[in-house]
Amino acid sequence: MSELAHGAGGPIPAAEVPEMELPHPHGWWTTYVFSQDAKVIGIQYSLTALAIGMVALVLSWLMRLQLGFPGIFSFIDPHAYYQFITMHGMIMVVYLLTALFLGGFGNYLIPLMVGARDMVFPFVNMLSYWIYLLAVLVLVASFFVPGGPTGAGWTLYPPQAILSGTPGRDWGIVLMLLSLCLFIVGFTMGGLNYVVTVLQARTRGMTLMRMPLTVWGIFTATVMALLAFPALFVGAVMMLLDRLLGTSFFMPTLVEMGQQLRYGGGSPILFQHLFWFFGHPEVYIVALPAFGIVSDLISTHARRNIFGYRMMVWAIVIIGALSFVVWAHHMYVSGMNPWFGFFFATTTLIIAIPTAIKVYNWLLTLWRGNIHLNVPMLFALGFIVTFVNGGLTGLFLGNVVVDVPLSDTMFVVAHFHMVMGVAPVMVIFGGIYHWYPKITGRMLDDTMGKVHFWVTFLGAYAIFFPMHYLGLLGVPRRYHEIGETSFVPASAQDLNAFISVVALVVGAAQMLFLFNLFWSLRYGKDSGPNPWRATTLEWQTPETPPGHGNWGRELPVVYRWAYDYAVPGAEQDFVPQNQPLPAPTHIAKGEATA
Amino acid sequence: MTAALIFVLVAVGSVVFHLLSPWWWTPIASNWDYIDATITITFWITGVVFVAVVLFMAYCVFRFRAKVGGRAAYEPENKRLEVWLTVATALGVAAMLAPGLFVWSRYISVPADATEIEVVGQQWRWSYRLPGADGRLGAVETRLISPDNPLGLVPNDTAGQDDIIIEAEDLHLPIGRPVKVLLRSIDVLHDFYVPEFRAKMDMIPGSVTYFWFTPTRTGTFDVLCAELCGSGHAVMRGRVVVQTEAEYQAWLEGQRSFAQLAERR
Amino acid sequence: MTGTLLFFGGLAALALWWLSRQGLGTKPWLETGALGDVPVRGTPVPAAKIGLGMFMAVVAMLLVLLLSAYSMRMEMADWNPPPQPALLWANTTVLVLASVALHRAVRAVRRGRRDAAASALLVGGGASILFVLGQLLAWRELAGAGYLPANNPADAFYYLITALHGLHLVGGLVALGRTGTKLRRAPLVRLQLSLELCASYWHFLLAAWIVLFFTLAFSPPLDWLVALCTAPLR
Repeated sequence: MSELAHGAGGPIPAAEVPEMELPHPHGWWTTYVFSQDAKVIGIQYSLTALAIGMVALVLSWLMRLQLGFPGIFSFIDPHAYYQFITMHGMIMVVYLLTALFLGGFGNYLIPLMVGARDMVFPFVNMLSYWIYLLAVLVLVASFFVPGGPTGAGWTLYPPQAILSGTPGRDWGIVLMLLSLCLFIVGFTMGGLNYVVTVLQARTRGMTLMRMPLTVWGIFTATVMALLAFPALFVGAVMMLLDRLLGTSFFMPTLVEMGQQLRYGGGSPILFQHLFWFFGHPEVYIVALPAFGIVSDLISTHARRNIFGYRMMVWAIVIIGALSFVVWAHHMYVSGMNPWFGFFFATTTLIIAIPTAIKVYNWLLTLWRGNIHLNVPMLFALGFIVTFVNGGLTGLFLGNVVVDVPLSDTMFVVAHFHMVMGVAPVMVIFGGIYHWYPKITGRMLDDTMGKVHFWVTFLGAYAIFFPMHYLGLLGVPRRYHEIGETSFVPASAQDLNAFISVVALVVGAAQMLFLFNLFWSLRYGKDSGPNPWRATTLEWQTPETPPGHGNWGRELPVVYRWAYDYAVPGAEQDFVPQNQPLPAPTHIAKGEATA
Repeated sequence: MTAALIFVLVAVGSVVFHLLSPWWWTPIASNWDYIDATITITFWITGVVFVAVVLFMAYCVFRFRAKVGGRAAYEPENKRLEVWLTVATALGVAAMLAPGLFVWSRYISVPADATEIEVVGQQWRWSYRLPGADGRLGAVETRLISPDNPLGLVPNDTAGQDDIIIEAEDLHLPIGRPVKVLLRSIDVLHDFYVPEFRAKMDMIPGSVTYFWFTPTRTGTFDVLCAELCGSGHAVMRGRVVVQTEAEYQAWLEGQRSFAQLAERR
Repeated sequence: MTGTLLFFGGLAALALWWLSRQGLGTKPWLETGALGDVPVRGTPVPAAKIGLGMFMAVVAMLLVLLLSAYSMRMEMADWNPPPQPALLWANTTVLVLASVALHRAVRAVRRGRRDAAASALLVGGGASILFVLGQLLAWRELAGAGYLPANNPADAFYYLITALHGLHLVGGLVALGRTGTKLRRAPLVRLQLSLELCASYWHFLLAAWIVLFFTLAFSPPLDWLVALCTAPLR
């Protein structure tokens, strides 16, 4: 409270933060390719992630063609189908979502939002991108090796992943594991940057509690990722050794197709523990940045401060910490010690509480807001619907005994697509529509954006909502066709065909989005520096798009939190964070009477 | 306006779909109707929350849409409301978790009178082993598996001599008697999945897992594999026939024990 | 995984303690103003040090996960670890020496004595290379006695754990080499920072090695902790 008085003083000199030595580019090559500017690296990350995401999208079409119309597309045999699901899953989770949120949004937004000139280790940051690109290329290479990519499912469970009954067992699995190791090395380099930048390079006045929730989300997710990815790394290295050197970390004594193998003494369930110790935090590594970004979108476009900012921050931190003690809820039917079920079901359902608080606060931000239904806001609303839907079905699967009949059915597929497929992707789109003007100086086309939103949102909902019911029926996941059963009625096949048709339409809508990205670069409306009239620092740069070093000669000084919208007594309905306006006195009064 | 309406339609449409959907779980054939009940409770709680959230959101979008010269209310937080919502959520979560954990404790405590049977998974078929007259299953070792000894029984273990081996045939079970299903795999992960029984568990090569249930309805049920096990995963099928005691005994007469099979070879 | 959880719990407690001092309970909307006295950072710790600290936490997580995997596997019946070559004691001594040498290099450069720092760095680097060679010799000895990675998981774990630790040391040697090139010309402040970073990393790798070595040689010290924590479940 005592700080209130400071606002009245004159402008405060900014230069106390030491200037960074920025590696300024010399020529085209170091400006656009081997750039050490976090903004360029962010764009490189995003474009690479979107490109590999397109591959995953096409794979999902092929899968849906097979599921919707089995037997018609003869080139999709079980081998190919398993390769498609594996590559689709791994690309979407790791190479698209993780890379785009942390590498893309993180690189572009963190320095701008905390008022830094760049990431603290620009060279390492550049290296991070190039290693990521290498990881993507190794992954893509696996499509072209003999035997094709691995078909072990994105969980890569041994022993199956490295035995000959699984497609891509010769080269595909080796390249997949190598690519994952590379990704983790590259990510660690970037991740250290994001964390240390938030810790060390915030501008004057930017306390932790003045940071936008976007930064909080990305920051917490990065810390989690740094601690979770080593588990995948260990698992991947051990499996590589099992495959290449014949060690038996995960391989018990086994008989394959009548042949005794040389393996013995390993534990397949050990891999599952390592995988999910990474895999569950991974869900929140994707979700937390989405939570952060969507909070900022909602607040900006509803012209209202985010409701319960403190709770939002605490919830992010609590979710981040708790997500490390719930991993085995993916393993309720894995044959692990059944007593663990009690512990993991309880921790899992406890996570629902801070998550629910976040949802309430988004809704309460809308309540009594002044809602502009811009395209980013539409995507944020779409996120709320799909996230709540997917989150609630998570309560089925997290509750150990309910999970028993539903595990490994289409219910699970529908659940995780809704909650960590559609929902984060909604936020990615919303974020792109929101920050595109800052990145390019032009607005994305509004009409195309609205069409894109409604087709994507309604389509995705029509794909994944009914899919839950296939799971209730008992249809297992990872079946390239249901085949003859006594319990699946013929009508289920009609539902599958419907889902497939909608999936094709939704996929096609993404082409419109891509077209919009390129079309608006040239023909989009001029946006000006702050088209959404937002408060956060990235909108207050002297240039749009911001130049190298972001801030011109002087770093901004922060005088207030990130959400001063509709402040009583203020002239406009937003006050930028770096505006040294004296605090309107009636805020303090209003708070005192409330 | 339109947007709000569409969001309302999404919520209402979901409820209508749920009510009219012809796709629902298969009629149960085991004692695990507790599980179905827990799912129903969860459906109710989550359904109400989902509809409430979406309708509230749609209402906000309609009621607080931007107006010329409009301004949002200024209210950074409201502690009482937040605490109240947290408590309500915690109660809802507890209402789902408590029955869940209660049923789970039953799920993992096998009744003492349960008959042990063994299911063996391999790429891509099911085999079974019943304990025979002594009521005990003999020891097994994966190293001993060969064409003559497909399940790897230890030849000099007396408990294993009368074990009934069922290969490439249907498993038969008597109705009303609890069964503890021991699960074993000799190559990769599998999962013995009969939708009508609700219960299932993965099979892990190198260890033995289990679940138990009591068949409560006669009939023939499909067995599927529910854990990805290679390119034949979807065709790894089998059948379980639940019969009355008399029919079951008649079927059992015709089965061969390990010792009989070894003699024939 | 109990060991991993304990380690994670420690890290989480550290993070929460730090967060608790960052004013997370304040109401930021009331605190308009420049906060001239806001401790943007308590002490001006160089970013590189924080970065290295985070990196060491990541590496520690990696090693703890490996140890968790190791102890999970150990609980199974047919556990049969290879004998530990006596050479490992010598290697450990050499690594201690390297760590001490780097510590002396830091102290020397703090007093502005470049020459003393150079010789200490040379000793540290040499001892580290000797350690890596010693580890390779230990591998040869084991392999010669018939303990190969493909034999059984215990042997494989030995090679994997020592290899990962060794690779991290080799990575550190690259950084140490780069520091070596700075010895003559770079400003003292920079040299001091580089040396301090190297020294912390070496101390960390030494500590990690001692834990790993004792785990490999005498079965995990975590054993009793694991037993304690899982007792209620049995």
